[in-house]
Amino acid sequence: MSPKTLYDKIWDAHVAHEADDGTCLLYIDRHLVHEVTSPQAFEGLRMTNRKVRAPEKTIAVPDHNVPTTAGRDDPKNMTEDSAIQVAALDKNAKDFGIHYYPVSDVRQGIVHIVGPEQGWTLPGMTVVCGDSHTATHGAFGALAHGIGTSEVEHVLATQTLIQKKSKNMKVEITGKLKPGVTAKDITLSVIGKTGTAGGTGYVIEYCGEAIRDLSMEGRMTVCNMAIEGGARAGLIAPDEKTFEYCMGRPHAPKGAQWEAAVAWWKTLYSDDDAHWDEVITIKGEDIAPVVTWGTSPEDVLPITAKVPSADDFEGGKVGAAQRSLDYMGLTPGTPLSEIEIDTVFIGSCTNGRIEDLRAAAEILKGKKVKVKRAMVVPGSGLVRAQAEEEGLADIFKEAGFEWRLAGCSMCLAMNPDQLSEGERCASTSNRNFEGRQGYKGRTHLVSPGMAAAAAITGKLTDVREMM
Amino acid sequence: MDKFNTLTGIAAPMPLVNIDTDMIIPKQFLKTIKRSGLGANLFDEMRFDRQGNEIADFVLNQEAYRNAEIIVAGENFGCGSSREHAPWAIKDFGIRCVIAPSFADIFYNNCFKNGILPIALPQEVVDVLMKDAEKGANARMSIDLEAQTVTTSDGEVFTFEVDAFKKHCLMEGLDDIGLTMAKADSIDSFEAQASQARPWV
Ligand code: SF4
Repeated sequence: MSPKTLYDKIWDAHVAHEADDGTCLLYIDRHLVHEVTSPQAFEGLRMTNRKVRAPEKTIAVPDHNVPTTAGRDDPKNMTEDSAIQVAALDKNAKDFGIHYYPVSDVRQGIVHIVGPEQGWTLPGMTVVCGDSHTATHGAFGALAHGIGTSEVEHVLATQTLIQKKSKNMKVEITGKLKPGVTAKDITLSVIGKTGTAGGTGYVIEYCGEAIRDLSMEGRMTVCNMAIEGGARAGLIAPDEKTFEYCMGRPHAPKGAQWEAAVAWWKTLYSDDDAHWDEVITIKGEDIAPVVTWGTSPEDVLPITAKVPSADDFEGGKVGAAQRSLDYMGLTPGTPLSEIEIDTVFIGSCTNGRIEDLRAAAEILKGKKVKVKRAMVVPGSGLVRAQAEEEGLADIFKEAGFEWRLAGCSMCLAMNPDQLSEGERCASTSNRNFEGRQGYKGRTHLVSPGMAAAAAITGKLTDVREMM
Repeated sequence: MDKFNTLTGIAAPMPLVNIDTDMIIPKQFLKTIKRSGLGANLFDEMRFDRQGNEIADFVLNQEAYRNAEIIVAGENFGCGSSREHAPWAIKDFGIRCVIAPSFADIFYNNCFKNGILPIALPQEVVDVLMKDAEKGANARMSIDLEAQTVTTSDGEVFTFEVDAFKKHCLMEGLDDIGLTMAKADSIDSFEAQASQARPWV
């Protein structure tokens, strides 16, 4: 048998049909659904009298729109259009008989946090969701694609996705990370190196000692942003840490089935002599705590650097950099660590898990915030409950952070949590696009520890100075 | 789905790189449960100020480009979120074709599901088309999907690549779901075999 990559293996195990031109029907094991990208898909099913083919493999949760303040199970506390979308999801879940976690359920949260937490996401699976950050689930060695609404409808109706195979890219992070450097710094640094289109046409497998050393939470952070690098999906081969994370989760297999599953999962790795279309190697020790200065995730620099000038770039990037600098209100040559911050946001499917909250709380312990507004939005109700149990919530509250209910919140500001014009935010989310966190809002992407450090000093800050 | 065969129309030049889906349709317009009506808010934050007045120098507000049917843009067009609201807004505005050196993957796929043709061409070619688009309303570009060509207003012809299956579906206006359902036997037998091999799924 010819050697295969991890991607090849998962792909081969899910091809339900292959046409002569290589167009495949890829069978989908888990379909995650949220309220924003699904209403038109369900409407499509109704109009054509189609059913959901595999409701038992379809899981829905409202997350993008929902307020993160108390009283939100009352639709009166949502804006009218948000309430309509959430109500539509309620109804669609019920009418089509799919698994559902309503806002009133403690298990509700960001779809990419709920899936793994509940054991829906498992190694070797194909996972899709009408959301680009579906890449997150790749941390389990699951092939996870973000899809559009037409494809959501296609998967609902047929449990398959029309796909052609992507190319294989290996991103290896060798050696150990330095103290203060996290999964977020890895994933941003990779995008800084490859650019936001560098991964286009590829599925990326992240490997190397620094990746192996990461917890499952950290691996999810890395894969989450594969999409920001343009890749169709990100993958990390499953190992003992993966199995340990999955074991005992509500929808993970039990008993003999667990044994059978693990036996198969152990075969899920890239063979030594597998073919790679592209290989990128980064030394773990070369990665520093980073921040973004512009309006694309590729605008990444170590916190010790200075704001660049448009002249530092070439081609189409010159104009883009100038536009970014104007939008961000930054002067070239300013040390990044002198940029003052108004708001700190800790949360999102990138960094809204328990380990992220622990990292931030560690820095905040016994300190007070200096920024106008600081908020923590746990990725799920269960993360929130665990953080309360561990005493992290008290640390945040005493420091002056708002302690919110679970949802996407200021990651994309579709709910009331938004930046105002010109407001500057240190955010643990994944996109610093123009307007992403609010009209004319300015976003600097950072790790949870860096966000906490910025909250204390009121400026972008090197977390290593606070450790 | 609408068929796409040939198109001759005004092309709007948008030389920016990394035009993301948040720019194409900002999130406040995603709270709809319909597919239609989004064209009014295409590129909303670039097109209108906070009071809803047009920003004069934005390309689609310029008289010459109000009826553009083609966009010529910089690399990595459509990056960011998977929101299909982006192609819905583009289509609803009246744009049927986007030409760029490269596209983000999900956006590229989403276009085909909505009767929009995304054309990826090398940077040098896009540079020529950008110049042509900058000539304004009298310079009409032509697209022929069957022949896989773009013709500038000066008659210069460039050929482009497109996946044969995607081309076929776009030209015939075919519904993917119907096509896949016709292969239900394959899906049934895959499911039967997979539930033996991996019963925990
Ligand atoms: S947290 Fe942000 S990136 Fe993640 S699913 Fe929600 S909106 Fe998307």
